[in-house]
Amino acid sequence: MTPPGAVARSAALPVPYRVAFRAAEAPGIATIVLEPVRSALPLFVPGQFAMVYAFGVGDIPLSVSGIDGDRLTHTVRSVGAVSAALHGLEAGATVGVRGPFGTGWGLPAAAGRDLLVVAGGIGLAPLRPLVRAALAAPGEYGRLNVLIGSRTPRDLLYLPETREWAPRARVLVTVDRPDERWRGDVGVVTALLDRAAFAPGTVAAFVCGPEPMIRATAAELVHRGADPGRIMVSLERTMHCATGHCGHCQLGPLLLCRDGPVVSWTTAEPLLLVREL
Amino acid sequence: MTTSQHGFLGALAPAHRDLLAAFAHEVEIPAGARIFEEGGSADRFWIIRSGGAALDVHVPGGPPPVVETLGEGDLLGWSWLFEPYRWHLGAQARGTLLAVEFDAARVRAACGQDPAFGLAVTGAVAAVIARRLKATRTRLLDLYGPPGTGADGGGR
Repeated sequence: MTPPGAVARSAALPVPYRVAFRAAEAPGIATIVLEPVRSALPLFVPGQFAMVYAFGVGDIPLSVSGIDGDRLTHTVRSVGAVSAALHGLEAGATVGVRGPFGTGWGLPAAAGRDLLVVAGGIGLAPLRPLVRAALAAPGEYGRLNVLIGSRTPRDLLYLPETREWAPRARVLVTVDRPDERWRGDVGVVTALLDRAAFAPGTVAAFVCGPEPMIRATAAELVHRGADPGRIMVSLERTMHCATGHCGHCQLGPLLLCRDGPVVSWTTAEPLLLVREL
Repeated sequence: MTTSQHGFLGALAPAHRDLLAAFAHEVEIPAGARIFEEGGSADRFWIIRSGGAALDVHVPGGPPPVVETLGEGDLLGWSWLFEPYRWHLGAQARGTLLAVEFDAARVRAACGQDPAFGLAVTGAVAAVIARRLKATRTRLLDLYGPPGTGADGGGR
């Protein structure tokens, strides 16, 4: 953990990155690939986030949804002024980027274990680099399961990549609201757990999505015998500085920009049950 | 698929599972077949062995929208345990469905004759209903849709 006041000066200075590529993922959601204009930021690890600055509008925290050398990929949903500006960027546009910030998923610590990735909605974004890393290391981990919950079929992210993860991974997808063409599962993502292939006592789980979905998933996994210390969740609170100074993202004793966003369920559970937090 | 059994059968003691098996037989339901219809007599229930089933609701003037899907190991049907023993939803096989089918009237009779068995079966069914109620409430929140409820940027 970085001690307060020990943040490098560069952490507060945006570095210019150029939009190399933009793709519409789903209604209101786009993925942008950024490349450094000059020098690159230090290497990100899956689970970490950047502060991405839309010039003249503001900056927001965005998890990395892809890491490819110096290139950073972010998936952004247009929900406010800043995210709308970033969502609307075209190739060639320049943004400011700060980072890397926060904790990663800690995938290497799960070596030899079955992996269970549970994503809700855009929560798949920070988990995608983890899945890619696991797939890139055959034999390093046990069985890889990717469980994806989405509002509608149109909201599913990263098609066709997620289809290509199978058969190396067990990919199960469910939606809340099917359309007439949907032939897959319907329901909550936790309902897919029965069809995932993992040993509950030793599984390493990685969960990201809306907080009620995280709580429901973690509780179900613990009920099945999973170790709360091996259930990693990515939490979200409003972040401004990302350097552990402003306190906006405080969650009890944690500053999520610094001590999170990825924490174990052992750490998260008691905090998420405090209504005032 | 997980190495410890969950769901309806997992909630029953081995002796009760054996007793329940006396009222069961294997069935194969072809893809697309209607398994039961909303409002119909709930005289059977199933544990899915392989394949899947879609639960749907009748709406006038269109195909029945699917509200939930069930898969391997899931209990298909619980209306058989509670009066008036009528299905709340319809169900259709998705792909070829292999299942264990139970005679609901005989199971209910056995529950009445053996209170311990009846309590165990009722508790196991209630646990399934509770899980589905919880899931339904979660979906009512429409978690994956509204801005600011999990999107990167938290509404900014």
